[in-house]
Amino acid sequence: MTISIDHLIWMYETMYKIRYYEDKMAEAYAEGKNPVFNIGAGPVPGEMHLATGQEPAAVGICVHLKKEDTVTSPHRPHHHAIAKGVNLNRMTAEIFGKVTGLGKGKGGHMHLFDPDVKFSCGGIVGAGIPHALGAALAAKKKGTDWVAVAFIGEGAANQGAFHESLNMAALWNLPLIVVIENNQYGISVPKSASTSVPSNDIRAVAYGIKGYYVKDNDPIEMYNVSKEAVERARKGEGPSIIEIETYRYLGHFQGDPEVYRDKNEVALLREKDPIVRMRQFLMKEHGIEEQRLIELENKARQEVEAAYQFARESDYPEPEDALKDLFV
Amino acid sequence: MQKTKQRLLTGNKAIAEAIRLEMERDPNVFVMGEDVGVYGGIFGATEGLFQQFGPKRVIDTPISETAFIGAAIGAAAEGMRPIVELMFVDFFGVCMDQIYNHMAKIPYMSGGRVKLPIVLMTAVGGGYSDAAQHSQTLYATFAHLPGMKVVAPSTPYDLKGMMISAIRDDNPVVFMFHKTLQGLGWMDQLDASVGHVPEEAYIVPIGKAKVVREGTDITIVGIQMTTHHALEAAKKLEQHGIQAEVIDLRSLVPLDRETILQSIKKTHRLLVVDEDYLSYGMTAEIAALAAEEGLYDLDAPVRRLAVPDVPIPYSRPLEQFVLPNADKIFHEAMKLVNE
Repeated sequence: MTISIDHLIWMYETMYKIRYYEDKMAEAYAEGKNPVFNIGAGPVPGEMHLATGQEPAAVGICVHLKKEDTVTSPHRPHHHAIAKGVNLNRMTAEIFGKVTGLGKGKGGHMHLFDPDVKFSCGGIVGAGIPHALGAALAAKKKGTDWVAVAFIGEGAANQGAFHESLNMAALWNLPLIVVIENNQYGISVPKSASTSVPSNDIRAVAYGIKGYYVKDNDPIEMYNVSKEAVERARKGEGPSIIEIETYRYLGHFQGDPEVYRDKNEVALLREKDPIVRMRQFLMKEHGIEEQRLIELENKARQEVEAAYQFARESDYPEPEDALKDLFV
Repeated sequence: MQKTKQRLLTGNKAIAEAIRLEMERDPNVFVMGEDVGVYGGIFGATEGLFQQFGPKRVIDTPISETAFIGAAIGAAAEGMRPIVELMFVDFFGVCMDQIYNHMAKIPYMSGGRVKLPIVLMTAVGGGYSDAAQHSQTLYATFAHLPGMKVVAPSTPYDLKGMMISAIRDDNPVVFMFHKTLQGLGWMDQLDASVGHVPEEAYIVPIGKAKVVREGTDITIVGIQMTTHHALEAAKKLEQHGIQAEVIDLRSLVPLDRETILQSIKKTHRLLVVDEDYLSYGMTAEIAALAAEEGLYDLDAPVRRLAVPDVPIPYSRPLEQFVLPNADKIFHEAMKLVNE
């Protein structure tokens, strides 16, 4: 399959932006938490789940989506949000708990909602799948070609919500695509200790739908299978499951002691980093000059820097704002 | 003057008529749930809708409450106005995450940017030996959790008017109807399950209690079945020279504090009756309200009558022992007025 150079460039710069965003977030999160780690301290308190290493899953499918398509995401949402085009300033302000944030500081990093680009996420494993199912139902009822994508981790494929939703999506032939990011661990438990099948695309058989598997965190292969899944959904050919073998370079959350894996594991993974690989691929296979990539990288960094600056300079909400927005 | 002929409807037909009128008015309204289609809902709340609107707008679902209540959330975020039926409120255990972690919290967590105009309609109540997993009301379980309006109307008139309010509300509304007040042919035939219902669309506001009987000696607060029990008890109290004021709460969230406080200013005595469990429930909430804001109006301590803290038992004498009824209310009221 030939891929347009514009798509390749977009995927590269978006992956780069996500990586830089998450690296900055790891730094911001660490502020105020040294030498003693206190989860409630610093400019970014609470739990923090970063997606460093998992960029290919987000960009490989979001490149095929439009504004009217819906994306739901779990507790590790930043890469999906950035790839779907969520307002970066307001997203970052939300994570810093500021009044300029997407939810005026009421949601935080696990609860980002941007109805302008139909993005939402949540902190309960598997719970976003039914929401995407409902968006797919609405798309069909309205007679549009819109699709809904639910991103989940491999652990969520063992939740009832996954199976209930796929049965209904198949039964009603809805434009739902469930993307399973198999990052190998449900917190500390490896997939082999939690899941009865070697990969979750096999479970598509149970619902009579399409299942795809993407090996080795490959953004190009993710692009290819996603293209087919999205086109099928738009044409009314029903739901799909895509499982991508991906890697989380960091702990489940920042502060995770990671006692469950070998210290060398991540070092080995970083040697075959998908962003580095794609950079080389663009230069070698597509003749993109390095200077052009450097310019894209600079632009992405500036956008991220501006978002962090916006978040830091924004005001906190008034304490009594806690009592607002319960009912519209 | 000629008396206007009043049209009588059962509770279930009043609800179905409300939904029908709103579906005719707004193409975004649709119904989803188990057996809501050709069956018309196990308790008749969607009777006739499938025949009029067909399977695209009256959708039978698999037995997958998490998925279809979650789907209502996803569809509502896209601008639809779903009405979803949870067949028995007791089944909330298989899908409460979608209800309280998502439906109730997303509007707040989004800073008000995501609206979820959902009606979660569900059957409550016991008294017909359906035992512990099919007889609860669980009013307080839902009312305790912020982010949902919770209503429990008692008459066909209110069922219709409050259902129309619920559908037009931009917030999630948990709409509880009492099984035995639906007027179904296969349950106890209660006069209260039939009543005058105008044909046109009308609204009964959410968050307003109703004084259904005026009195001067004691205030009895009830909801759904216990309102009807309280009215029956009030007749008996009258024979003993006691004038009871009866308030039908109708809405648990928002709670109409003012109507209750106004009433105890007048009667100086308060009895709260609930078909839900006693502890941490609606009766406690209203007793706390009276203690915090109406204590100096009271001539005697508040009394509460509710299900003692056990699951609803099956056998008839056991179940009747735990449920409130008119006799029990009468006796509690007599004790209270004699204090």
